[in-house]
Amino acid sequence: MYCQICQKNEATIHLTEINDGVRNEMHLCEQCAQEEGVAVKSHLPINELLANLLATQPSDDELFSGSEQESICPHCGFTLDQFTKKAVLGCPYDYEVFEKSLLPLIKRAHDGKTSHRGKVPSKASKDTKKQVELMSLRRELETAIKSEDYELAAKLRDKINQFEK
Amino acid sequence: MKLTDISGDINEWLDGSGPLADIVISSRIRLARNIAGHKFLSCCSDDEKSAILKKLKDVLMSLELGDKIFYLSVDKTPVLNRHFLVERHLISRHHAFGKGPRGVVMAQREFFTAMINEEDHLRIQVLKGGLQLSRCFEQINRVDDMIEEKVGYAFSPRFGYLTACPTNLGTGIRVSVMLHLPALKMTGQIEKFLNATRDMNLAVRGLFGEGTQASGDFYQLSNQVALGVSESDIVAQFEKTIIPEIVEYEQAAREQLLSKEPEVLDDKISRAMALLRNAHLISSQEALLLLSHLRMGINMHEHMGATTPAIKKLCSLRGGADKEGGLSIATINRLFMLTQPAHLQLNHGKVLDPAHRDALRAKIIRSALNQ
Repeated sequence: MYCQICQKNEATIHLTEINDGVRNEMHLCEQCAQEEGVAVKSHLPINELLANLLATQPSDDELFSGSEQESICPHCGFTLDQFTKKAVLGCPYDYEVFEKSLLPLIKRAHDGKTSHRGKVPSKASKDTKKQVELMSLRRELETAIKSEDYELAAKLRDKINQFEK
Repeated sequence: MKLTDISGDINEWLDGSGPLADIVISSRIRLARNIAGHKFLSCCSDDEKSAILKKLKDVLMSLELGDKIFYLSVDKTPVLNRHFLVERHLISRHHAFGKGPRGVVMAQREFFTAMINEEDHLRIQVLKGGLQLSRCFEQINRVDDMIEEKVGYAFSPRFGYLTACPTNLGTGIRVSVMLHLPALKMTGQIEKFLNATRDMNLAVRGLFGEGTQASGDFYQLSNQVALGVSESDIVAQFEKTIIPEIVEYEQAAREQLLSKEPEVLDDKISRAMALLRNAHLISSQEALLLLSHLRMGINMHEHMGATTPAIKKLCSLRGGADKEGGLSIATINRLFMLTQPAHLQLNHGKVLDPAHRDALRAKIIRSALNQ
């Protein structure tokens, strides 16, 4: 069944409304449903999510800088095409090699977030640890400023300065 | 240690103790980790997988966990035993029936397991009864620290712990809570619960994890977001907000049943009792559903003082090992576990076809409920 608004995509959202005893059915695709303000927050299976994201046309930027779609990871020989089929990556470096293509997916899987908060292995070089802590302090500072907590912001700024020494 | 040493009974995580254990069956936390300097498993040859397996096995077997630990080569373990480990919540289906050299290290009391070469090089889990997420996290965090002293993990300051699938990226944590929500189901409110969990970015699965349907009113709730939120924030959100709220809804639904629809409640419980005490053939699906109603009845008696005729009758039954008192939650939990297909066969000492399993299952339940 096609979406009754765009008539192009498969309708995946089916709504039944009953107003004053009158039954009204709507069959929409996810995109049109979102535009219509029908709140749908679905969790697509990862393979579908991948196929959708990677099938989008490359931006001009990507066309000029050499597309990640065709590159091969020098560390493991993995390609994005293999990733869409297997839904797992080939090695830790793939996150750098295919960063641009993976970011939208990471964002979607993690509710818009793209940087780590939380545990840092104690073995990670001091620099790594410092970087993460700095990043998290900066984030806290941003929140403090947004919520106009200037006392906290000043404390955080001091901390950051000390860290950077 | 042999698996038959543990297959005859349930372990402490299922004994019905633990905070909010009338509604929260278990709390589980798992961490996904990969060793730095190795490719992810999808790109590893069997030789590289064997090397990873050996390295991690040696590290894990040397850990001081306060319990006997033992190792099993999953790829060399008979299929029935692998099914058993899945039923027991010790390994995932993916691990049981995957490919290549892989193994599991587990504590005899089952609170700790480590899957080596599942989707990631290492997945460790801590499992406890009732709502005990922060205790699970303390314990798993300590074990993770101990492992990390001996192996370097793949980690990036930006993305955190690097995992084979981007959905686990960041903390690599998955917090899962198994809930028993029969009253929400009976009062037609379960859809509301499912919708709310979807809005909160949570995943709902069945009793046996990934890819299984919710059955017998058991729902496993877990986080999907693992990046950009710290482990302790995720744990606290589950333990302080999400789970207590759901527990409250289930309690309200139970009260509603008791005060407004006691006949509906008693009908369910009486029918479940009648079938379970008299059936000669019963599938695991049917047993799960009916035992679920008994579980609710006993808990309503113990926690809410419910004394409808059917609940009174139910609680006067003497069950299994609890010959002193009446039927206990531990007995019902034991029946849930011991009547699973692989448990039945392992404890019976041979492979049985479904019809024989249904007969054996019915016999075990009948004898436990007719003492």
